[in-house]
Amino acid sequence: MTYFIDRRPNAKHKSAVNRQRFLERYRQHIKRSVEEAVNRRSITDMERGEKISIPTKDISEPVFQHGPGGARNIVSPGNKEFLQGDRIRRPSGQGGGGGAGEGSASDQGEGNDEFAFTLSREEFLEFVFDGLELPHLQSKPLKSLEEVKMVRAGLSRDGVPSRISITRSMREAYARRIAMRAPIKRALKEAEQALEAEERKDSVLRNPARVAELKADIERLKKRIEAVPFIDTYDLRYHQLAAQPQPSSQAVMFCVMDVSGSMTQNHKDIAKRFFLLLYLFLEKHYEKVELVFVRHHTAAKEVSEEEFFYSRETGGTIVSSALTLVDHIIQKRYPAEQWNLYVAQASDGDNWDDDSNTCRNLLIKKLMPQLQYYAYVEITPHDHQSLWHEYQNVAEHFPERFTMRQIVEASDIYPVFRELFKRRLNQAR
Amino acid sequence: MNASQKPIATGSDWNFSILEHFNDKLAALADEYRLDTYPNQIEVITTEQMMDAYASVGMPVGYYHWSFGKQFLAVEQAYKRGQMGLAYELVINSNPCIAYLMEENTLMMQVLVMAHACYGHNSFFKGNYLFRTWTDAESIVDYLVFARHYIAKCEERHGVHAVEQLLDACHALQNYGVDRYKRPSPISAEEEARRQDEREAYLQTQVNMLWRTIPEPPDNASPLPGSLNSDNDPLGLHSGGIYPPEPQENLLYFIEKNAPLLAPWQREIVRIVRKLAQYFYPQRQTQVMNEGWACFWHYTLMNRLYDEGDVDEGLMLEFLQSHAAVINQPDFDSPYFNGINPYALGFAIFMDIKRICEAPTEEDYQWFADIAGTPWRSTLEFAMRNFKDESFIQQFLSPKVMRDLKLFLIVDDDQSETLEVAAIHNEQGYRRVRDALSTQYALSVKEPNIQVVEADIRGDRSLTLHHVQDCRRPLGRSVYPVIRHLHELWGFPVRLVSMDEGRVTHRYRWPIEEESKDNP
Repeated sequence: MTYFIDRRPNAKHKSAVNRQRFLERYRQHIKRSVEEAVNRRSITDMERGEKISIPTKDISEPVFQHGPGGARNIVSPGNKEFLQGDRIRRPSGQGGGGGAGEGSASDQGEGNDEFAFTLSREEFLEFVFDGLELPHLQSKPLKSLEEVKMVRAGLSRDGVPSRISITRSMREAYARRIAMRAPIKRALKEAEQALEAEERKDSVLRNPARVAELKADIERLKKRIEAVPFIDTYDLRYHQLAAQPQPSSQAVMFCVMDVSGSMTQNHKDIAKRFFLLLYLFLEKHYEKVELVFVRHHTAAKEVSEEEFFYSRETGGTIVSSALTLVDHIIQKRYPAEQWNLYVAQASDGDNWDDDSNTCRNLLIKKLMPQLQYYAYVEITPHDHQSLWHEYQNVAEHFPERFTMRQIVEASDIYPVFRELFKRRLNQAR
Repeated sequence: MNASQKPIATGSDWNFSILEHFNDKLAALADEYRLDTYPNQIEVITTEQMMDAYASVGMPVGYYHWSFGKQFLAVEQAYKRGQMGLAYELVINSNPCIAYLMEENTLMMQVLVMAHACYGHNSFFKGNYLFRTWTDAESIVDYLVFARHYIAKCEERHGVHAVEQLLDACHALQNYGVDRYKRPSPISAEEEARRQDEREAYLQTQVNMLWRTIPEPPDNASPLPGSLNSDNDPLGLHSGGIYPPEPQENLLYFIEKNAPLLAPWQREIVRIVRKLAQYFYPQRQTQVMNEGWACFWHYTLMNRLYDEGDVDEGLMLEFLQSHAAVINQPDFDSPYFNGINPYALGFAIFMDIKRICEAPTEEDYQWFADIAGTPWRSTLEFAMRNFKDESFIQQFLSPKVMRDLKLFLIVDDDQSETLEVAAIHNEQGYRRVRDALSTQYALSVKEPNIQVVEADIRGDRSLTLHHVQDCRRPLGRSVYPVIRHLHELWGFPVRLVSMDEGRVTHRYRWPIEEESKDNP
């Protein structure tokens, strides 16, 4: 007795649960690797998974085993020159290919010191956001109604021929035909019945005039039925398009960072995480996200990502230089009608005192009216300085689109991020 | 035989009707050879499903555990890098016998796998005494389903983490979950489920009896060695003798029945792991025989198909190449050497038994007087049914096979500077090589001999185990993690004493802090 069963259509990923359990168990190890990877990778380079290695000893499943030492007998195949009683120097590296006596209990590990495997992109991102719970923000598109998209919106009687709905037009025509023919048909039937009755009469009683009249009537009615048009302009239906406001499909994200001497690499790493989160977040909403990196000390400059995060600068800080440059770039390359504009600024809060005032004015008057969103994070454990206070002023003017938070250490990033966007969600309702 | 007949199919493409046609052919041939098999259930699966099946160590339904996930990741990684091809066959000892065919395989592979798994392994599962004794092919799938549901239920009730912890501990001891010398009761899912509640209650009362603190009347207690003298123990509280009265080799069974603090559901999970260990126990002992037998039959059946004109030369060449790769035995000094290949050894021995039966030489009459010249089919059947690797090699490894494989014996003694070639494949060495190889496959030698000797039920409730060293071989470093797991199960201090010829060589303890107190 033999049965063949085609199991191919069955569910795949039978081991998915076990795989998850494994990842869960070694969360700490994997998280460490992922963190390293995040620091190593470019912001835009999050499209792939990551190879993770865990030391084998940390994940072994222990069983009782023989250790080295004592006497053991090993039978091996492929003797070439040995004779009984030969003595051989111990090969360096214990066991010398052991043989099965070594204890086949450990069939895994394959002698590697590292247990290596690959995380998928989803799993990778999950670890990036581990403990942070990526909020489900997708369902609420951010406000950006400048661009419209034509969508089908029912039917109308007017339109261009290319948008005729044939089915609906024919259905209308059919209904009209039925409606228009019905009274004529009724009259025709009556006429025919009358004619029949007249003809059935005795030829003496028959009224030839009446017969002729009826025949003419029938003829006329038949003509009228035929004259009901198969399709009429009145029947035509057109697909209607309506302009629906759409979130623009393209966004640009300005990363603005203070690179003056007071910003350490640690500050920059924190800032990088924050930018990364925002980037991933925007990427979920827009088909296309462009990044513009603007760094500044006393003067602002647009730079590559590499330079943005890793070059060292010293000197004082004039924040308004960066804001001016952002404004300039917007005017030149990213008109607000076509682009969703986001600015994320990270700084340690230092600024020339006089400049903070300028920043406020610049933001309120020039930038904020164009932007979707402005997020400012201040990475400092210290008290706020003038910039913060001026920005608070801005936030009062634009409570929905301007947010600012303080970050003290890396673990604050995500809660802060979450808070920033959660609030918007509530207001959008 | 009609060699002029048209082949059933050529090329490497297959479909279900071709497979069925081949299967009918194979079934007819197997019948001719009187192979007694369970019904076959042949399942066609994808690569990924194969990796799944692989990761769950061949259990068609497994409970969830991270170690299976680890296994899966390892398999997947190796496969993706091209380090290993997936085993093209996986077969489950159940009734009906489930065999997996991978969809990517060529026609030749599918036929080969059917011959190998559905007729080779299948008949071995049905015939070999170990499988007959230790496993119940009828009920294994049901039992696995029961186990999975039960463990899932426990996870729901007690949390995934608690269950995982427990399974970790049990897995560490699963090789010690078998009664080696007692025939076990077969496992049956229905009965398990029916008796489970009853058992939970019963078990607990038993454990309560054991651990009750009210002393028995002194006249009931038999004075046994190990009891304190009456001066220190006027009421005879310590005179109950040691428990267990006999050393116990089945650690998981002992835990299940006696661990003082385990909750009933925990005992049930220990039992599940133990029962599954028991199911896999025969497989661990018959690797060489099982694979050798399956290789022998796929070789024989494929050749018959060719003789009868059911397959063409192309397919046959492809088969021979694949077959040669499977039974290839690299030499000990080859970079590909990874121990003795059980397929190669098993195939060589079974082929040689056939040769001894059909064309015995002078040497064979000396060595195998009882089988030389007998009908090969019944001799082979006898060998398959009544042995395990250890005894099979002892009984049937012939000088010719030793010469062909050029087997030699090395003695690696840490007390001598050099390795000694103790015996080679010659007249003086045959017996010694054979003995050594046979021992190499004995589980009792492969795995350290560890038994429970005392549970201090009247004192600190500590558990003492003895490790009897074999050839002075000590325990590996994994001993501490394992006794830590044992301690998790037992709940009180665990001691492990290594003994060599009655002399204590090492003491292990968990929790470890105590060690520094006792062993400065």
